[in-house]
Amino acid sequence: MEVVIKKFIFASILASLLIPSVVAQEVNVYSGRQEALIKPLLDKFSERTGIEVNLVTGGSDALISRLQSEGDLSPADIIIMADAGRLVRAEQLGLTQAVTDEALIQTVPEAFKADNNHWIALTKRARPIMYRKGDVSPDAISTLAELGTDAWKNEVCIRSSSNIYNQSMTASLILLQGEEATLAWSKALVGNFARSPKGGDRDQIKAVVAGECKLAVANTYYLGGMLTSADEETRAIAEQVGVIWPDQDTTGTHINISGAAITKYAQNTDEAQALLAFMLEADSQQWYAQVNHEYPLLDGVEWSKELQSFGTFKAQDVDFEKMGAMNGEALRLMDKAGWR
Amino acid sequence: MNARTGLATAVCLLAAVVVMPLIIVAASVFSIDTQLWTHLLDTVFTEYVFNSLVLAGGVGLGAIVIGTYLAYIMVNYRFWGKGVLSWLLMLPLAMPAYIIAYTYTGLLDFSGPIQTALRETFGWSRNDYWFWDIRSLSGAIVMMILVLYPYVYILARSAFAEQSYSFNKVSELAGYTRLQHIKHVSLPLARPAILTGASLAMMEALADYGTVAYFGISTFSTGIFRTWFGMGSLQGAAQLSTVLCVFVLVLLVLEKHSRKDAARYQSRQAKSISPVKLPGVIGLGVFALCLIPAIFGFIIPFIQLAIWSIEYATVGDLGDFITLIQNSLSLAALGAGIIVLFAVVVSYSKRLNEQQPSKMPMKTVEQALSLGYALPGIVIAVGVLILAGWTDRQINQFTQAWFDYRPGLIISGGMMILIFAYAVRFISVALQNTETGFMRVPQKLDQAALSLSPSYKRLLGKIQIPLLSASLISATLLVFVDILKELPATLVLRPFNFNTLAVRAYELASDERLIDAALPAITIVLVGLIPVVLLTRQLNKANV
Repeated sequence: MEVVIKKFIFASILASLLIPSVVAQEVNVYSGRQEALIKPLLDKFSERTGIEVNLVTGGSDALISRLQSEGDLSPADIIIMADAGRLVRAEQLGLTQAVTDEALIQTVPEAFKADNNHWIALTKRARPIMYRKGDVSPDAISTLAELGTDAWKNEVCIRSSSNIYNQSMTASLILLQGEEATLAWSKALVGNFARSPKGGDRDQIKAVVAGECKLAVANTYYLGGMLTSADEETRAIAEQVGVIWPDQDTTGTHINISGAAITKYAQNTDEAQALLAFMLEADSQQWYAQVNHEYPLLDGVEWSKELQSFGTFKAQDVDFEKMGAMNGEALRLMDKAGWR
Repeated sequence: MNARTGLATAVCLLAAVVVMPLIIVAASVFSIDTQLWTHLLDTVFTEYVFNSLVLAGGVGLGAIVIGTYLAYIMVNYRFWGKGVLSWLLMLPLAMPAYIIAYTYTGLLDFSGPIQTALRETFGWSRNDYWFWDIRSLSGAIVMMILVLYPYVYILARSAFAEQSYSFNKVSELAGYTRLQHIKHVSLPLARPAILTGASLAMMEALADYGTVAYFGISTFSTGIFRTWFGMGSLQGAAQLSTVLCVFVLVLLVLEKHSRKDAARYQSRQAKSISPVKLPGVIGLGVFALCLIPAIFGFIIPFIQLAIWSIEYATVGDLGDFITLIQNSLSLAALGAGIIVLFAVVVSYSKRLNEQQPSKMPMKTVEQALSLGYALPGIVIAVGVLILAGWTDRQINQFTQAWFDYRPGLIISGGMMILIFAYAVRFISVALQNTETGFMRVPQKLDQAALSLSPSYKRLLGKIQIPLLSASLISATLLVFVDILKELPATLVLRPFNFNTLAVRAYELASDERLIDAALPAITIVLVGLIPVVLLTRQLNKANV
């Protein structure tokens, strides 16, 4: 019996060795960003360098769990996440390693990478207030705090607190004004909701135009996407929307990042760093700015026409690492405020 | 150890592996984060419980009402258009709940065409009128009823079809009216099947994430996501999942209990019911009544998706569609085959062990296997991930020690892990079907067959499986379509560069690009039609 087992094991190992192992250069990516928003860039990278890119997309947290359970056997070299909090979480779980390519590190502005270089940002996204032009004067509101005042009773549309963008925004407010003030603000905001939170950011924008509420909070790239939609009706809706950048005289408007990290057990670190460097090239940055209306990380990269039409703004200066770590706190606070 | 016990032992071992991911999740209850739980109990927990219960209850009730009346009419009457109906009524099965939710929101929302037209016509503004808010708990219930009623319909239809004609005669002799016959004879006889269908629908409703998240309703499944993703507490999320599991256990026990005194073996020697022909106008009315669920559950959303697809799809999009279709089809076919086979063996083994005194805990095995269906796919995915990762590490340690060689990941990141996850999640669907199927085969048949030839294998192959064909078909159909639509587990467990239609549709829809998602969504529906058509044909035959 034992002989049979040993023979079997030997045979299967032999078989697995005979299966041609991939000799070509490759890099394996777990991406919390969906395929449509990353694959074209990866294809370009492969075309140029000959390095094959293998991709799995999925929910950021689910991919982090996958990485975690695969441990040192994981084939992943890079994780790409659409939010600072996820990058920080991956780092805290010990799933990442530092980027070592000095030139690459230098490309990334100081605030947009981990202190220990365990993750770097790739793009920025902003979360301003939106309104229907002609319905609300653009200077009728100038701070997020005002969303909670009586002037906007039953007039605010915003999506659920289950959404990561709202969690990050609230986390940033906790960092800037403390927990007590943020809780009071959240409660006041909930009191001003035009409807219980539902739908995504695009739904909030549509609701403003339809007259269900006067103000909405949404990320700019959703509005950008609507402005360039193939659907005429969607474009017509989006064209009626104006953007207000809150807190310009004080702390600045809330921003978040998408970013990437090299995994702790990456086998192809050189290729991984080459890919990151590629994603920070001006052309790639421009692609994000044009296709998904995200703000490029680098200065001097041209924004899309739509982003330009929203105007420039002062961004929050918040430590993303602290903001990411504050995520759970923010969610508890929103639970307490009754923000569903 | 005789063949019967041997089979039962094998089944128990296999079942233990399938249940392992759930055990991993449940193991979380041993370390309670009191701070987290105090918070949950103080703020959102009651809401989770209330909404989940109302959702499951509403969906179950709605599916029972619609599924049962459809099934009864389809079996007992003949009328104009019945042929078309027998197809149409199955089609909502192929529609993922979140897709139908997105589609109807587009139509019925405040900013949608209907309300906008109302406002423009009557000069109303926001507070001047009342309109049903589709993105509400009631909206979610309606959306899910529309796509889940076929569970009850399929099972109830088989049950009604198997009721012998002589029952009708006896009722007639007893002086029962048609309604009395339905109330006192037909319905009680079909009750186990109806309740099974309803419990499947309810479990699916509890597991749903896409719809409730989009509608902004706090249920257990959104709560699990929030706790895990938002608060970063996998532990807390797993504990919430365990509470959900307890709910489902109660549901299952209640369902089993309702069947307890209803081991109903029906003889098919007697003539089956021959449908009564309904005259023109009444026939049309009945046709219209039966068409309603199909219109709302399939036709309207299908047309909307078709319009979007035709308007906005470009030829370029079609490029990798063939691959997507192939991937989806082969996964679903393979998965459905394996899962139904396993379910048959489990039910069969349970049956054998019920006939004679036995120590094998087959009932418990079956109930444990049923739990996976009510958990959000992502929770199962995590259990599966942990199990597969652990196994892979053990294998590598072993080969390292013995052969100084590490093969890397063998189970994780492969195709079999997907099938395994589907088994954990959908075995319940198959089991419910095989169970009700076996229940309708008289035990004395087994005894007769075994006395002629004492082979359990032959009993299964020659006697049971042919008699079970209707149940097996509906089991395969349901599991196939479920896998086709399955999302969270597929998303996180799939190998590199491997996409399915559901993954594609979801990615676009979750980025709020519903119009772009229309094409993959409609393709899921169309691909789902293939088995629905094939199997409906078989089912029609089996039910005649």
